Amino acid sequence: MNPSLITTTEAVDRVFLYIFGISVILLLAITAVMVWFVIKYHRTRQPQPQPSPRYNLWLETAWTVIPTLIVLSMFWYGWQGYTTLRDVPENALDVRVTGRKWVWSFTYPNGRTSDILVVPVGRPIRLDITSEDVLHSFFIPAFRIKRDAVPGMHTFEWFVASEPGTYDAFCAEYCGVGHAKMITTVAAKPDQDFEEWYEQEPSGEADGHEEGRQLLASHGCTGCHSLDGAKMVGPTLLGIFGREVTVTTNGVERSLTVDREYLERSILRPRVDLVKGYPPVMPPNAGLSPEDLEEIVEYLQELR
Amino acid sequence: MTQPTTANAASRGFLTEGGKYPGLLGWIFSTDHKRIGLLYMYSVLAFFLVGVTLGVIIRLELIAPGETIVSAQTYNALFTVHGVIMIFLFIIPGFPAIFGNLFLPIHIGANDVAFPRLNLFSWWLYMAAAALILISLFTGGGPPDTGWTFYVPFSAQTTTNVPLAAFGAFVLGFSSILTGINFVTTVHRLRAPGVYWGRLTLFVWSLYATAWVQILATPMLAITLVLLILERLLGAGLFDPGSGGDPIMFQHLFWIYSHPAVYIMVLPAMGIVSDIIPVFARKPVFGYWAIAFSSIGIASAGSLVWGHHMFVSGMSDMAILVFSLLTFIVAIPSAVKVFNWVATLYKGSISLDPPMLFALTFIFLFSIGGLTGLILGSAATDVHVHDTNFVVGHFHYVMFGGTGFAFFGAMHYWFPKIYGRMYHKKVATLAWGIMFTGFNILYFSMMILGLRGMPRRYYDYLPEYTDLNRVATVGSWILVAGLLLMFVNLIRGARHGAEAGGNPWGGLTLEWTLPSPPPAENFATIPVVDHGPYDYDRVSPPHE
Repeated sequence: MNPSLITTTEAVDRVFLYIFGISVILLLAITAVMVWFVIKYHRTRQPQPQPSPRYNLWLETAWTVIPTLIVLSMFWYGWQGYTTLRDVPENALDVRVTGRKWVWSFTYPNGRTSDILVVPVGRPIRLDITSEDVLHSFFIPAFRIKRDAVPGMHTFEWFVASEPGTYDAFCAEYCGVGHAKMITTVAAKPDQDFEEWYEQEPSGEADGHEEGRQLLASHGCTGCHSLDGAKMVGPTLLGIFGREVTVTTNGVERSLTVDREYLERSILRPRVDLVKGYPPVMPPNAGLSPEDLEEIVEYLQELR
Repeated sequence: MTQPTTANAASRGFLTEGGKYPGLLGWIFSTDHKRIGLLYMYSVLAFFLVGVTLGVIIRLELIAPGETIVSAQTYNALFTVHGVIMIFLFIIPGFPAIFGNLFLPIHIGANDVAFPRLNLFSWWLYMAAAALILISLFTGGGPPDTGWTFYVPFSAQTTTNVPLAAFGAFVLGFSSILTGINFVTTVHRLRAPGVYWGRLTLFVWSLYATAWVQILATPMLAITLVLLILERLLGAGLFDPGSGGDPIMFQHLFWIYSHPAVYIMVLPAMGIVSDIIPVFARKPVFGYWAIAFSSIGIASAGSLVWGHHMFVSGMSDMAILVFSLLTFIVAIPSAVKVFNWVATLYKGSISLDPPMLFALTFIFLFSIGGLTGLILGSAATDVHVHDTNFVVGHFHYVMFGGTGFAFFGAMHYWFPKIYGRMYHKKVATLAWGIMFTGFNILYFSMMILGLRGMPRRYYDYLPEYTDLNRVATVGSWILVAGLLLMFVNLIRGARHGAEAGGNPWGGLTLEWTLPSPPPAENFATIPVVDHGPYDYDRVSPPHE
């Protein structure tokens, strides 16, 4: 890594230190004076107030001007730190981040897609962020960066991982029932490992089951539907094919047996038949390719 | 100064001397500002207790990772309704509508507000809006799950009952605007002879500044909510990028009201603290004009800082530069107030009765809230803590530690005036200590959680956040224990407390010249005032 490069973490933490440092001193000073006055001039020691001025121009001026200078310095320091967050170093690797209910997906320049963010250590990463549905916000606490994902708009943020390791990434803008599950991982790998991963074809061809499972995960389905029978936000997918379900269609309740047609309809347009006992929160999947849909339905048929 | 110190035993002032109607009707159709103030107090406190209950359930869910006692959908509804109730039904109307109604006319030597019927109408609007919000919880697609901020596109898409709840908040806005108009007119037109602007109490100054914010900012909320309802019901496409709209524009519109609303919540609290400290220090307030004008300064500068809620929204960097600078400017008048309050204590004769304890606690907790606000005003640091538990901890320090504790201070200060009886002071002090302890355990933990990266509005969290969440939940139990003790003590005091007399604290403002409780018509003859509200160096308090 270029040693002169200031990481986002360093740029932000020095501002934290500056503002917290001054704040703690101010708070302790105010509290100490207050407590001291209360003890010294308590009515048991001081039955009558002593004469003292009602106003002092010098004091008023001092405690207006000095805080003004302090907060202006904080503002300027904070702004300086912020410009570092906006100033993307050259040679940054561009990764596209797409938020949708309730999963993140990452697209690399060579077309490689992933549901975790794999990055090379020491190389700046520029994230180009957008959303397919509602507002989300891509937040990596370890790198002190956060930016909203806004539908119809592209926002950006950048960071550099100086150490190999894994870091949490959250959705920070409330986005509905799966908000707290919209978590992914940043995996920082040494250059060689990254290159190896980067050039690798997404696995799965060998095992049809594995591909179906991965598709469900990368489209965010497993955030709400378990594959092992556990009840989550939505019904479990274990043994879904052939299950008797009660649904509400256009306000009318009816019973049906889950078949291919029902599965396809429910994936593409989930609000048509609402399963009894579950909230109507599943987002539609109009953008799903016919091949992926086919693969998912195949997988669900065999999931018992 | 020849009036009796308490109303005679049979008549308890305005509490028993009704208006035209007997019983309950004499209250809900009364145009007496004191009765309307109490109507607000009972309804607002009822909603406060509902809000507290929801908050406790939220904390219980967070005692452990994973689903603990409620589902994700229920949790989302819980924090939404907790926010809507606490903000729109408790803290915004709390100070102006309760204590403003009860004491603003008396402080300026008037017998009522300028428009008594409009005042009663405001309370009816408040109750109608509260009913709408309650109905929205049990009808349609169920309680709203958008958060109190109603951000689009989510709020335009969710199937829950957003339009009705938004309409409820819309109606509440009118109640707030009408109260604002009433107070501004009252302060301008109804001051008794001798009450010139330099003799207004600082509580009245703060209400006056607040009233202007209510009048000027609340219409923005009304417009925003109407646009949201149009978006939902007609698919107007104002905020939907697919139809040429802009979701970030909604955030601007929302915060143009909702940030100034923070000052509606906190300014009157600063006003009552400025009134309590001189009484219990037996000193004229230090820097009267500095405190009065800093209220106006906060109200004006505070109207221009809404963008600091949007530093990561995708708004331009130029806008972030300007909003960050303006946000730091607002910190200055708040700091000036704190310094003047502390200076008032100098060479005083200080008694730590419960109202004073709450007022001094306000200074401490509000300072923490204000100083952590600097972290949020600075662009670099805001990016990290925005939408985390840090923000939740911060605004609870300002709103609950600040306004909430000042509200309890005002209750303990004016309680003997309103009911003519005194609560048990030692129990009140004990309740204060329990609440103060629980409060800090609860919200300080949340701020640390946020610094460590835990986002807000998460019903489930990663295992590394477990310990502090557990500590915070225990803090919420302590806080609630203190709250309950305080309310029980006050209710007992109202029924069985000793007669308080006309001026138990030795106050110099006009309410302390009246018997406790005050008569239905405040002043038999309009008083002529010949001294300022804090002239402890010139006159002695009445009835001492």
